[in-house]
Amino acid sequence: MNIKVLGPGCPKCKQTEKIVKEAVAEAGVEATVEKVTDMLKIAEYGVFGTPSVVVDGEVKSVGKIPSKQDVKNWIGK
Amino acid sequence: MVQDCCAAGNNVMILACSGGSNVGQLSNRAAVELTQEGFGKMCCLVGIGGRLKGFVQSAKDVPVIAAIDGYHVGCAKAILKNADISTYNHIVLTDLGIEENKDFNLSDEDLSRVKQAVVTACKGQKTAPETDTFSNVVGCCG
Repeated sequence: MNIKVLGPGCPKCKQTEKIVKEAVAEAGVEATVEKVTDMLKIAEYGVFGTPSVVVDGEVKSVGKIPSKQDVKNWIGK
Repeated sequence: MVQDCCAAGNNVMILACSGGSNVGQLSNRAAVELTQEGFGKMCCLVGIGGRLKGFVQSAKDVPVIAAIDGYHVGCAKAILKNADISTYNHIVLTDLGIEENKDFNLSDEDLSRVKQAVVTACKGQKTAPETDTFSNVVGCCG
């Protein structure tokens, strides 16, 4: 599983990355968590805002910090 | 661009039908100018129509949507319905007394009416930036 956190490095983006990593660790799933900071690459996902979270190529949330439970739901736990 | 990303942004997504008539193009012009003036940010309605996940999810997560249709055929409305998005402000330009035609001569007076109608439709909603605002990505929507 591949999870991408889209955002240039603002506090909300960092918080989202932290939540995603914690959720993955707690769920015990094998997943790579990748931070995407390049604005051109972020734009390729068509998102209106950041932070955004992409799980296996599918945009799951845009412009907000997800809850840990949201992330667990996305990764099937 | 990057420095704008997580600055206090605007919570209004502006979607224009941008169709092939004077009112379609007025909707487009109003969306562009309202974006330039900082009221909201225009996003690609066609991206939602194409069911591109990033665009659809963005429309579902943004606090306020202003959908501008030229006339009652309602292309923007139909696209949002197909994407299961039901909460938005809908502005139809012929309801403002602007007649639909194919001459593409857009008047400043009509443009002002459209922009004012969009602002009025969104009035009272969460349009102002807050600490928990929706953070904009400049240029994300093409």
